[in-house]
Amino acid sequence: MTNTTRILYCHCQYAQVVPTEVKAAVLRKLCESGVAFDAVADLCELSARQDPSLQRLAQGGSVKIAACFPRAVKWLFHAAQADLPLDGAEVLNMRVQSAEEVVAALFNEELKPNLPKGKVTGTDAPKTAAAA
Amino acid sequence: MPLTTQSTLRVVLYEGAGAQPLEPAERCSALTALLEKGFAVTRTVAGGRVAPHPRGPLLVLGEFADGRIPEAEVVSAESPVRFEDITGFDAVRIAGTAEDVRASLGAAQHGDWKPWFPVIDYDRCTNCMQCLSFCLFGVYGVDQQNRIQAQNHDNCKTNCPACSRVCPEAAIMFPKYKAGPINGDVVQDSDLGREKMKIDISALLGGDVYSALRQRSDAAKARFSRERDDKKALQERQKCLAKLANAGDIPAEVLMSLPSPEEIMRRAEEAKAKAAAALAAQPR
Repeated sequence: MTNTTRILYCHCQYAQVVPTEVKAAVLRKLCESGVAFDAVADLCELSARQDPSLQRLAQGGSVKIAACFPRAVKWLFHAAQADLPLDGAEVLNMRVQSAEEVVAALFNEELKPNLPKGKVTGTDAPKTAAAA
Repeated sequence: MPLTTQSTLRVVLYEGAGAQPLEPAERCSALTALLEKGFAVTRTVAGGRVAPHPRGPLLVLGEFADGRIPEAEVVSAESPVRFEDITGFDAVRIAGTAEDVRASLGAAQHGDWKPWFPVIDYDRCTNCMQCLSFCLFGVYGVDQQNRIQAQNHDNCKTNCPACSRVCPEAAIMFPKYKAGPINGDVVQDSDLGREKMKIDISALLGGDVYSALRQRSDAAKARFSRERDDKKALQERQKCLAKLANAGDIPAEVLMSLPSPEEIMRRAEEAKAKAAAALAAQPR
């Protein structure tokens, strides 16, 4: 991961769709690390508010986001008028990936952009580590 | 006040120059407590700087050495920056401090509204306006180019994914929904078949969901006037609505809270007219 790659963590506070133990483990590892990061209570809420911090994040170069499905994250940012860079954003899905997988990807030097490009269907979608 | 113009408090957990870093366990407890109160938190480390929040106040929390606070950039009346020394505070007290500052500055309270609203996948959306003509609650509208948009997020009925069921392209997501593709998971070819079937469900119910609702409501009304039995009529209404709820995965509370049949009809006509106008304005 380059020095300029930022990290965003979503706590998905207002729903029980992300396993609590996964969220807790990812947040704990982030807190134990020496890295700066942004943590939001709920990315959906920020999107609905069109929070300017999402724009700042989207326009600030490469970013790794620990949240939910990449397709949802891509369009949540779009709804906030803050399109993520297609080749500069990697979304880790805490709904289906394990905490270990998410943490490993967050701290990996390499950025693996995985936002869907165009009308993706099941046959041509990139596989997550959990689904592969 | 619309969600998009409300002022929100952003929190910075400052561990840069002039502040004592927190122990990892303390940091984690503090962050968790702040997130559970609904705050967005930035953790800064040595070398980091504090920039103002563009829309609303910023609260900078830190264990500041000798009470010295870091320098803030471009402080304005719209984006005031507050500093609080949290030396010796536990997580509960830190979250309480943030909440007190939020209240004193009149920033939006988190948690009053569950962020449940449709998110449109424009890679898939064909701008057919089915969602606009279907929604009775005015969630959808069009932009200046007559492109469909979710506009009034807080009008959306929590846990109701009904509009995503009528989308022929599975382009409408509710990220907090339990299952794919509505939750944002990849759309499978079989999902498209299922979504089409769901439109047929409304046809099976007698043209569209709302006319079915109207008929059932009218029938319940007639029964009510005949029997004058509140309890029986309510039971019957609940039974009918439960059927509809299962067909479209619409929460029973949403169906139970629908307005009078006349109002449903008026809103449905209004929504259809909006959709028709947007379609007519599209370039051919």
